[in-house]
Amino acid sequence: MQRRNFLVAAGAAFLAGCNEIGKSEWFGKVVEGAEGWHRGLHRALGGGRITMAPEYTRADLSPYFRGNGSLTVDTEAYRAAEGSGFADWRLRVGGLVNNPGELSMQDIRALPQRTQITRHDCVEGWSAIGEWTGPQLSSILDAAGVQEGANFIVFRCADDLNGARYYESCDMDDAFHPQTIIAHQLNGEALPVRNGAPLRLRIERQLGYKHAKYLTGIDVVASLDDIERGEGGYWEDRGYQWYAGI
Amino acid sequence: MAKPKKRHALSTRLWHWTNALALILLFMSGLNISNAHRRLYWGDDGFLPEQAWLEVPRFPGWATIPDYYSLATARDWHVILSLVLGFSLLAFMLFALFNGHLKRDIWLRAREWKPRNIGKDIREHLRLNFDHGEGKYNILQKIAYAGVIFVLIPLMIFTGMVMSPGMEAAWPWMTEFFGGRQSARSIHFIAAWSLFAFFVVHMLLVVAAGPIHQLRDMITGGKE
Repeated sequence: MQRRNFLVAAGAAFLAGCNEIGKSEWFGKVVEGAEGWHRGLHRALGGGRITMAPEYTRADLSPYFRGNGSLTVDTEAYRAAEGSGFADWRLRVGGLVNNPGELSMQDIRALPQRTQITRHDCVEGWSAIGEWTGPQLSSILDAAGVQEGANFIVFRCADDLNGARYYESCDMDDAFHPQTIIAHQLNGEALPVRNGAPLRLRIERQLGYKHAKYLTGIDVVASLDDIERGEGGYWEDRGYQWYAGI
Repeated sequence: MAKPKKRHALSTRLWHWTNALALILLFMSGLNISNAHRRLYWGDDGFLPEQAWLEVPRFPGWATIPDYYSLATARDWHVILSLVLGFSLLAFMLFALFNGHLKRDIWLRAREWKPRNIGKDIREHLRLNFDHGEGKYNILQKIAYAGVIFVLIPLMIFTGMVMSPGMEAAWPWMTEFFGGRQSARSIHFIAAWSLFAFFVVHMLLVVAAGPIHQLRDMITGGKE
C-alpha cells in the first residue's frame, strides 16, 4: 500500500512539474528553437526551400469536406454579400507594395488560375482531399509590386472566432510558392460558406489553421510584432506554432 | 574491437535514460494530442465516423501532458522531444555499431533462432530464471531490444515525419511507403502502444530480476 501511495505521489509530482515547465518562459524559447530545427530539417532534407505538397486525382476526393473553426461570418454585411453571391466582395492589397488597391471577384477570376487537388490536414488529426481553384498569390503580389524590406504576408479575414478577429501570416517562401493560391472554388463549385466563401488561402505545406478563410485583405509587412498579440496568427496568439509544417 | 570494462557502456546508459524520458513525455503528450480527434483511419484522408477503423477512448488527465486538454502545449512537447528521440537514437546506433554492442549483444545469430532454443528460453522466463543463454542477452531479450531499436522507435519517427506537412513535401515517397497520411497516423498510434507494452513487460522483468541491481547497473555501468 505504501509503495502504491509513493508511486501515485511521484506520478502527481511529475505531472505538476511538466505543467510548470510547459508554462515557463524558457520552455517557450526551447519550443521556438525546436520549431526552427524542424523547419531547417524540412528544407535540408527536401533539398531546397520550394518543395511541393503531393497532389491527388479526382478519384481521391473526400466524400465530405468538413468546415472547422468559423463556419460562417456572423455580420449583416456578410449575409448581404452571401445573398448577392459575393458579387461585390473585394480583396484589399496593401502594406509594403508599390500599387496598393482592391481586387474584385472578376479581377481574381481574370488572373491565370491554378487548380490543385490537395490534402488538408487539420492540427486535430483529420484529413480531407479537395480540388481548389484560384490565382497564385505570387501573381497578385507581382502585380502589386512588393517593396524592399518585406518579410511576411498577413492575411486579413472577415470572421471572428471566440470574439477575436481571425488572421494568419506566412513568410515570402510560402507566399511565392507555386501551390499557394487564393481559392474561390472547391471541387469545381463556388467555395461553400463553411469552407470560407468567397475566398480562402491555400498554403499546402502547412496545417489547416494556416489556411485563412473569408479573406478580405492581404498586407505585406516587415514584422509581425505589432499585429494583434504579435505571434502572426489567431491560433499562434493562442499558443500554436507559427510554422505549421510540423 | 575493445571490450568495454563495464556491463553497460556509457553511451548505452546515456541513451537509455534520455530515450526513456523522451518516450514517456512523447507518449503522454501524444495521448493529449489523440484526444483532439479520437478516430483512426487507413489511407490518405479521413474525417467521418464511417471511414474510421477505430474509435479511440478519451484519455484521462492523469495520463496526459499537460494534465488538462491543450493541443497547443502537447504539440510543443512533441515538437521538442521528437528531435531528442530521433537524434539520440541515431547517436546510439552509431556508438553501438562502432563499440561492438550491436554485433556482440543484440545481433540474432542463426543458431539462436532454432525453435528448441526459443522454447527453452520461454520456459526459463516462466521460471523467472533470467541468468541463462550464451551471451549477455537471451533470445527473447534480443528480439525485444532489436524490435524496439530497429522497428518500433524508427516507426514512430518516420510516421511522425509523414504527419508533418512540411516534411511530407520534402519526402513525399515516405507517405506513399506508409500508405497515406492517415495510415501513418494509425501506425504511429499502434507503434506507440506497442512501446507501452514493451515498457510494462520491461518493468515487470526488471522487478522480477532484482530492481536494485538492475537499476544500479544501468546508472553506474556495473561490472562485466
